[in-house]
Amino acid sequence: MSSIGTGYDLSASQFSPDGRVFQVEYAQKAIENSGTAIGLRGKNGVVFAMEKLVTSKLYEPGANRRLFGIDRHIGMAVGGLLADARQIVETSRKESSNYRAEYGGDVPLRYLTDRVAGYIHAYTLYSAVRPFGCAVILGSQEPTGPSMYMIDPSGVYYGYKGCAIGKAKQAAKTEMEKLEFSNMNIRELVKEAAKIIYMVHDEVKDKAFELELSWVGEDTNGLHQRVPDDIFAEAETFAKNSLKEDSDSEIDES
Amino acid sequence: MSSNLSFDSFSTAIAGSHAGPKKLTQTPVTTGTSVLAVKFNGGVAFGADTLGSYGSLARFRNCERLLKINESTMIGCMGDYADFQHLKDIIEQMAIDDLCKDDNITLSPRSLHSWLTRVLYNKRSKMDPLWTTVVVGGIEKGEGFLGFVDKLGTAYKDPIIATGYGSMIATPLMRNAWRPDLTQAEAVKMVEDSMRVMFYRDARAFHKYHLGIVTADGCQIQGPLEVQPDWSIASLIR
Repeated sequence: MSSIGTGYDLSASQFSPDGRVFQVEYAQKAIENSGTAIGLRGKNGVVFAMEKLVTSKLYEPGANRRLFGIDRHIGMAVGGLLADARQIVETSRKESSNYRAEYGGDVPLRYLTDRVAGYIHAYTLYSAVRPFGCAVILGSQEPTGPSMYMIDPSGVYYGYKGCAIGKAKQAAKTEMEKLEFSNMNIRELVKEAAKIIYMVHDEVKDKAFELELSWVGEDTNGLHQRVPDDIFAEAETFAKNSLKEDSDSEIDES
Repeated sequence: MSSNLSFDSFSTAIAGSHAGPKKLTQTPVTTGTSVLAVKFNGGVAFGADTLGSYGSLARFRNCERLLKINESTMIGCMGDYADFQHLKDIIEQMAIDDLCKDDNITLSPRSLHSWLTRVLYNKRSKMDPLWTTVVVGGIEKGEGFLGFVDKLGTAYKDPIIATGYGSMIATPLMRNAWRPDLTQAEAVKMVEDSMRVMFYRDARAFHKYHLGIVTADGCQIQGPLEVQPDWSIASLIR
């Protein structure tokens, strides 16, 4: 399982003898405790879906959202410590605002990702601060097509066709690999994304959750927005029905 | 290359001596002329021509002087075009920040009017005005809203607003034709007719203009449209 880095895990400015920075690895562990978030890049857009765990019935629905908009055209899904994530969101918004003031246009996603990744990386260099305990997935509809990146607490980022973070990321990735989503448009993708979230949600360990869906693509004119209520309802029904079908078919087989 | 700014004046500037107050901001350079706006039953309509004058030279003939901010708010600007572009950048970023907050609250015409009044008044009080007159309009709590702010920070609201020469020439004409239950089509015709009269009479006007309409269904700017002038009376004038 995970090794204890006794003595070499006290600050981010220390390496262990086998070349690991334990603080960053522990930060990555923090993400594994949060609800699953997935991003799917389709033919003409990007869809985000989130399993937002609700730990108390007393919360207002829609509290503590984990899907954010950066500028008008970029969506960000976060996993891990929400307070840390909010700082990254704020920094990203300032970066894109500065880019707009200097260059007079929408910030390209790979430029923003590079800048935000550099910022996150900076927090892994000094003992005076701790690394961010969150990973972020960014997506937008660029002039060249849909684009999606994920940045983890070490400051490393990759471009993805499909990615997942959080509790059930492995299960989510398995489901994603079964889908040919690169050729789907965002209308279909939204339903598949909701279905994946419902499938990987663990009813036993985590009771209640709220589904969050957002998208950005040609059909939204390049604007990132929460999925409209009617399409959201359609996607949620599709997801619940698929679950029921699967469980029914299991009963038949046994 | 000889320059008007000699190195002598640079060094005295750095040394800190100023010959009097800063005068650059008290002279507009590229300017737009009148903005007209009328409130009808269900929204507002704006008209502003597409000319950026350089003194008496009709220099830039494709300047859009109307700006859509969101589905319920629009502004039209007259005066220094660079000052309008500066305000445009700031207000556009305010609108983007609104979207990011994700709470379904967006800039309303009344709040924008209030904000602009404060900004323009405070700039003028520092003897550094933004040389613009802004007309703010849109839908506020289901009804049309129309407000005026000028470079001095003078602000008011009225169902009919026209700036500059428009306030002299077009306002009386529009007031004669206005009724509280004006329809959108009538309001648009009123703006079109007034733009034509402005083209006849304002020596800094142009025959192409943008038409902006805000209703409960949203905000759109059409154009450039063309004034259809009728010069036939010219032959009767000796």
